[in-house]
Amino acid sequence: MITESYSLFKKDFHSELRTRYAINSLAMFIIVAISVILFSIGNETITTSLTAGLFWVVIFFTAMSGLARAFVSEEERGTTLTLQLIASPSTVFTGKLIFNMILVFCMNLVIALLYSALFEKFIVQNFSLFLLTFVLGNIGLAVASTIIAAIIAKAGAKGTLYPVLSFPILLPLILTCVQLTLFSFDGTRFEEAKFELAIVVGYDVIMLTASYMLFDFIWKD
Amino acid sequence: MVWKIFLFLLLAFVSIAGIVFPIVEKPSAWYEFPFIPGLEENAKIIFFHVPTSWLTVIAFLLSTVFSFRYLRTKNLDDDAKAYSAAQLGMIFCILATVTGAVWAKFAWGSFWSWDPRQTSIFAILLIYGALFALRSSIESEDKRATLSAVYSMIAFVTVPFFIFIMPRIMKGLHPGSADDTNAGPVIDFKMNSNMQLIFFLSLIGFTILFFWMWRVGYRSIIIKDKLNKQLTGPLAG
Repeated sequence: MITESYSLFKKDFHSELRTRYAINSLAMFIIVAISVILFSIGNETITTSLTAGLFWVVIFFTAMSGLARAFVSEEERGTTLTLQLIASPSTVFTGKLIFNMILVFCMNLVIALLYSALFEKFIVQNFSLFLLTFVLGNIGLAVASTIIAAIIAKAGAKGTLYPVLSFPILLPLILTCVQLTLFSFDGTRFEEAKFELAIVVGYDVIMLTASYMLFDFIWKD
Repeated sequence: MVWKIFLFLLLAFVSIAGIVFPIVEKPSAWYEFPFIPGLEENAKIIFFHVPTSWLTVIAFLLSTVFSFRYLRTKNLDDDAKAYSAAQLGMIFCILATVTGAVWAKFAWGSFWSWDPRQTSIFAILLIYGALFALRSSIESEDKRATLSAVYSMIAFVTVPFFIFIMPRIMKGLHPGSADDTNAGPVIDFKMNSNMQLIFFLSLIGFTILFFWMWRVGYRSIIIKDKLNKQLTGPLAG
C-alpha cells in the first residue's frame, strides 16, 4: 500500500512539475495576501498578538486557494474512475495526503520566512515551541483540507464552497495554533503550553482517523 | 392528541411562570423565585436560553446518528431524518445565540464579546450553515445524502471540542468557565426547588416539542420525496 501511495504521489508530483499550477498560484497568492496586509498596516507597528493572528490568516487563505486541486483536478481530467479501478480508497487518500502535506509545508515555510523578514514583531523567542506548533498545525491543516477537498470534488468543484466548509472544521486548530504561536513569541516554556499542544495533537489524530474512515464513502459513488 | 394538549399546557405554564413569577430576596410563597447575586432579574431567561442550547446539541447529535445510519444502510429516510434534525438544530442554534446575546447585554454589558461560549455557538452556527450550503450545491439525491452525512460526521468530531472542552478551559464570563468562582453551574447551587422545577419542566417541554417538530419535519420530507418520485417517475422512465 505504501509503495502504491508513493507512486500515486509521484504521479501528482510529476504532473505538478509539468504544469506548476499549484506552485505558481500559491506563490502569487502568498505575495498578494502579504502585500495587502502590509499596505493596510502602512507605517504603524502592530502588536505581537495581531502578528500571530495575521500569520495564520494568511496560512488559512493560502491553503484554501490551492489545496482543493488535489481531487478537483482528477475530476476535471476525468481520471477518477481509473483511480478507483487501480487503487484502494485508503491508498488514494494517502497519496493525495502526502502531496498536500508537502505543499502545505513548503507554502507555510515561505510564509514564515516572509513574515520574519517583513514584520517587526515576528520574533520567535521559544523556537522549539514554534517549530512544534508549525509542524503539528501543518499536519492538521493538510489532513482536514484534503478530506474537505475530496467532498468538494464530488460536489461538483464549487470553488466558493471550499473555505465555507473548511473554516468551521479548521477553527479549533487555527485558534489553538494562534495561541501557541503567541506563546512562542512571548517565550513561554513548554510546561505552560502543554494543554494547547495536547489539543493540537488530539485534533490531528482525530482528524486523521475520521478522514481514513470516511474517505471510502466519499470516494465510492 | 392528548399529549399535544398536555404539551401545550406545559409550555404555556412554563412560559407564563418563567416570565410572571416574581424574584424576591427571601422566597416564601410557592411562586416566588430566589434572588441570585450576579444574575438578578436576568435569571428568568434561563428557562428559555438553556433549553434552546441544549436542543442545539441534541439536534446535532441526532443529525450525526442518522447520518451514520445512512452511511450504513443507504436508506434515504435516514437522510431525511438527519436533514430535518439539522434544520431544527439551526433554528434552535439561532434562538440560543439570540437569547444568549440578549442575556449577555444585560449581564456582561455587550451583546457580543467573543466569550468562549459565544465563539463555540458561532462555530456551530457556521457548521450548520456550511451543511446547508453543501446540500444545496448537489443535485443528485444519493450523492447529496452521502456527502452531507460525511461532512456532518467530520464536523461532529470537532464539535465536542467547541461545546465541551474550550468553554471550560478558557477564561470567560459564562458559568462553567475556568475562572468561574461560583463553583459549578447555577442550577445545582443557587436555585430553589420551585425554580428548579420550572427549569426542568421547561427543558422537558422544549425537548418534547423538538421531537414533535422533528417527526413532522422528516415525515414531510419523506412524503415530498415520494410524491416527487411519483410525479417524475413515469416521465423519467
